Amino acid sequence: MNKIEPSFRPGGKLAKLESVYDGMETFLFTPNATSRSGAHIHDGNDLKRTMITVVVALIPALLFGMYNIGYQHYLAIGQSHEGWFTMFLYGLLAMLPVIIVSYAVGLGIEFISAQIHHKEIQEGFLVTGILIPLIVPINTPLWMTAVATAFAVIFAKEVFGGTGMNIFNVALITRAFLFFAYPSRMSGDEAFVKLDSALGMGKGAVVDGFTGATPLGQVATNVGDQLHMTNIVGEPISCLDAFIGFIPGSPGETSMIAILLGAALLLITGIASWRIMCSVFVGGLGMAALVHALPSATYPASMLDPWTQLCLGGFAFGAVFMATDPVTGARTNVGQYIYGLLIGVFAILIRVYNSGYTEGMMLAILLMNAFAPLIDHCVVSSNIKRRARRAAAKE
Amino acid sequence: MLSKKNKEALFNPLSKDNPILVQILGICSSLAVTASLEPAIVMGISVIAVLAFSNVIISFLRKTVPTNIRIIVQLVVIAALVIIVQQILVAYNYDVSKKLSVFIGLIITNCIIMGRLEAFAMHNSPWPSFLDGVGNGLGYTIILVIVAFFRELLGSGTLFGFKVIPQWCYDHGYMDNGLMILPPMALITLGCIIWYHRAHNKELQEN
Repeated sequence: MNKIEPSFRPGGKLAKLESVYDGMETFLFTPNATSRSGAHIHDGNDLKRTMITVVVALIPALLFGMYNIGYQHYLAIGQSHEGWFTMFLYGLLAMLPVIIVSYAVGLGIEFISAQIHHKEIQEGFLVTGILIPLIVPINTPLWMTAVATAFAVIFAKEVFGGTGMNIFNVALITRAFLFFAYPSRMSGDEAFVKLDSALGMGKGAVVDGFTGATPLGQVATNVGDQLHMTNIVGEPISCLDAFIGFIPGSPGETSMIAILLGAALLLITGIASWRIMCSVFVGGLGMAALVHALPSATYPASMLDPWTQLCLGGFAFGAVFMATDPVTGARTNVGQYIYGLLIGVFAILIRVYNSGYTEGMMLAILLMNAFAPLIDHCVVSSNIKRRARRAAAKE
Repeated sequence: MLSKKNKEALFNPLSKDNPILVQILGICSSLAVTASLEPAIVMGISVIAVLAFSNVIISFLRKTVPTNIRIIVQLVVIAALVIIVQQILVAYNYDVSKKLSVFIGLIITNCIIMGRLEAFAMHNSPWPSFLDGVGNGLGYTIILVIVAFFRELLGSGTLFGFKVIPQWCYDHGYMDNGLMILPPMALITLGCIIWYHRAHNKELQEN
């Protein structure tokens, strides 16, 4: 690395690729450069380590997601007796291309953009790149994922000034783009359970009575006063199944346990804001309890009991990994409570009363992303006013 | 006929002083009617007609209209012309006029027209005013057509209603992008055009 360094510095042969060289060097080695002026360090926690911690926190959800893809697949082709390793391997082979595409496209754009502006390459995409495969349905064609990732990185991040400057969560913009551009591939029977073989593995015919709809999808189209939620081969499922995660859905969102493991790591290391995380759950629970108190057959989701509401769909995943994004969320303490509460409330509100969207978490977080700066502004200015009054009273 | 000043009135609005790209006027209608090419072009022609003739009429009246009521007079002229255009459309191209629905009527509120009347026709003689109207209308139409081209191509896979993306692509998993049909993508497309335009016109870049 040191030997080839001069050719990347200004004047060298490959000076055009300086940012790329810098990025690779700091990724692989600890940089030699130390700060020369007074640095006010509370903790040696830099952006790279923050990002890596989030990635580590995502690993339980990722591993379980892979296993669940295999589990759902073998269930759908009537071979549910296969061992867990076969299922995991199938899921791994199914998800690997998505992860590769997401990183290749996103990092490619980041590298090019950093090079154009002669800036250092930021690490912001490390987390986004792993979030995208976790929240995009497994059957989404790779080219769609690539287009959506490119769109999100360019229009939700680079045009705002790159990592740390974006208004909206980049991974959620990717999903929102897919959701609005290709709605037929993002919901319904064919989106969430991979039926064909993954790189040649796991061939088989689909069993009779197969339905690929997620529990929330089934709830949205439920008719009558009784809720019927089934797994993909028609057996009834309970809140516990949703808690453990053996339900169809986007890879990362199904298992509450895996998500809570990640949440524990994020809270222990202090990376994610516990204020946001808790208030999202409180807001969601409160709103779910409220709609559950007024059940109606017109809005079938109102018949779900509050705990099941939280276990189904992307609620927990969004609350733990998306709402807590420090860049797009609120920053003041009081603001974080308000921001989190409103995300929870809106997610359930959209889920229950808007039949067009069976899952409201994505839209709720994006909506509150837009309002986060306003919330912070109000909190800060009311604080200033309060202290000014106090000072005036003392005099 | 075409002195240097008149040429500027006609050609400047095409790029350097484009009403949409540089003055950021008329955004609303350019988002609403650009889902496909046909209504975009009809809309563009209607705006050219209204803009050119209202410019001429106001230019003739410019010395007789009292300043305090000039906005009302301008509105009356524009409204009369818009109604004429609307009636012609209903008579000769009913389908497109249905597609454009209220937006032909809303040409009255298009800020480009009021802007040109105030800024140009009130101070210039009829012939340059006519050229200015045609130029600004053309500048508006060009942008409409570019936006509509991309939106129709990517959103519906068609141009002027004809399939241009081969069936082979659809068979191999290509899908039309539903977001392109929705207004948000029109805004982003427009943003990209402005981005490109500024990048190639250094004198327009602000610091």
